[in-house]
Amino acid sequence: MPDFKVENRILDEEETMPRAQMRALQLKRLQEVVARVANVPFYKAAFAREGITPEKIKSLDDLRRLPFTTKDDLRQNYPLGFLAVPRKEIARIHGSSGTTGKLTLVAYTREDRETWANLCARFLVGGGLKPEHLVHIAFGYGIFTGGFGLHYGVERVGAAVLPLASGNTARQIMLLQDLAPDVLVCTPSYALNIADYARNNGVEPSTFPLKYGHFGAEPWTEEMRLKIESELGITAFNNYGLSEVIGPGVSGECALQNGMHVQEDHFIVECLDPVTLEPVEDFAYGELVFTTLTKQAMPLLRYRTRDIAALDPRPCGCGRTTTRMSRVKGRSDDMLIIRGVNVFPSQIEEALLQVEGATPHYLIEVDRPGTLDQIAVKVEVLPGIFSDKMSDMQRLRDAIDRRIQAITGIHVKVELVAPQTIERSMGKAKRVVDNRNLNG
Amino acid sequence: MKIHQLSLFLENKPGRLSEPCQALASEGINILTLSLADTQQFGILRIIVRDWEKARDVLSKMGCVVNITEVVATEVEDRPGGLAEILKVIEAGGINIEYMYAFTFRYGDKAVLVFRFNDPDAALKVLQAKGINVIGPVELYERMRS
Repeated sequence: MPDFKVENRILDEEETMPRAQMRALQLKRLQEVVARVANVPFYKAAFAREGITPEKIKSLDDLRRLPFTTKDDLRQNYPLGFLAVPRKEIARIHGSSGTTGKLTLVAYTREDRETWANLCARFLVGGGLKPEHLVHIAFGYGIFTGGFGLHYGVERVGAAVLPLASGNTARQIMLLQDLAPDVLVCTPSYALNIADYARNNGVEPSTFPLKYGHFGAEPWTEEMRLKIESELGITAFNNYGLSEVIGPGVSGECALQNGMHVQEDHFIVECLDPVTLEPVEDFAYGELVFTTLTKQAMPLLRYRTRDIAALDPRPCGCGRTTTRMSRVKGRSDDMLIIRGVNVFPSQIEEALLQVEGATPHYLIEVDRPGTLDQIAVKVEVLPGIFSDKMSDMQRLRDAIDRRIQAITGIHVKVELVAPQTIERSMGKAKRVVDNRNLNG
Repeated sequence: MKIHQLSLFLENKPGRLSEPCQALASEGINILTLSLADTQQFGILRIIVRDWEKARDVLSKMGCVVNITEVVATEVEDRPGGLAEILKVIEAGGINIEYMYAFTFRYGDKAVLVFRFNDPDAALKVLQAKGINVIGPVELYERMRS
């Protein structure tokens, strides 16, 4: 028997569908979506170029004949060039949080909005949410999909929402104490920020009556999960999504916390080598590419997420048959190439969390003073770490250095900095400053 | 007999030393002595003040990382060989000195040194057994006043 940390509940029968049946459903929906986008100018041009018609999609393997869609394509068709329905059918517009440049917009019909709420409800239920619970949402509300996506997901389950949004951490802590919500929803870095802030203000964060947390919208590590779980005394679940595809709800963990179930009745996921664009083997890391099967307003074919993760096709002990995806290890565009070695910021974080006395508050600075890349990692010193003895401080610095070298294979310059000097994130944390002039 | 020492983490950047000193000054706290250990990137400032608890609160409030350590102050004859004699006693006792520095004031023909031992209690025993005058906080602050 699998060891369930929370009650194992499944919302929809599609989540446990036999694989053959799922593939048949996916093919039917793929044929439909190809027909729906045939008049979107971007796809119309691409289909004409490649000689693609909806009738030519005869099996799921034909997916590979379809064109990719990139973030850049969305930007070039700003604001709503990918719209596949008449404008009057738009029920909501969201956008990317703009982490990597110009805003991109996504539209939803009423049906899309319902689909989205249901997808969020699926992973919330998978993580133990019940109608009698109160959910504290500390995601940004606004054009970013996190706040509203989870909000309507919680309401779909029938639970109560405390829509606090992010920021004003003192008030978050007051309500975590006074209203005793059961579930916390925010970015993982903000969850740690709340715990830190509470402790600095004399409140022990593990005394909050919280039971579970659903965290997403930025990559995080298993070590960070353990830290959040012990700091806040909760079970922490990972979920994944991106606004271009639908927002949160593309995939999420079940009670077994062993990979995120991709909602394959709504999305086809591929895992490709980011350079050759050929599929990688099961369990190998590659770039995730999603095709939306059911979206009406703005369906996308083979959207390149730039997110690096691995897929596990095995059925899960929870009963779901859907493919699971690993944590996002990094982004193919956040990936730093340092002296020819691929380094992901998440690896630095993993290293810091393994060194006793180090904190997960860090900033990576990349420079190229001459011809050689240099990477410096600034790590904040907290009272628990600090010693009056120089030898202790140097030992800590060396331990961080060795750990990073063991994980990334490169030597970095570790700099200890004063507390609270690294900017805290309310949303997605900024972890990398690249000062190299790579175009000059 | 031990004395409380405050240590602060400082980034090695212009202005980082004056900020805590200014904060203590505006609270009327006098720094009796200090020592600064530095590397290229950061430094550790160690200070001794009379009201260490107040100083700790002032510095913590301004966001400094403050650590409290117990150190030992001893009298040393201010003549050639004065320090060497004490060090010989410490060495013979198997006690390790992490670092040391001096007070700026003199008392008669004696200087006062601050030792940070790895094991202050063991060090106290060794020093007292050899008749070396260890100065406790009460006596120390009394002398500062005179």
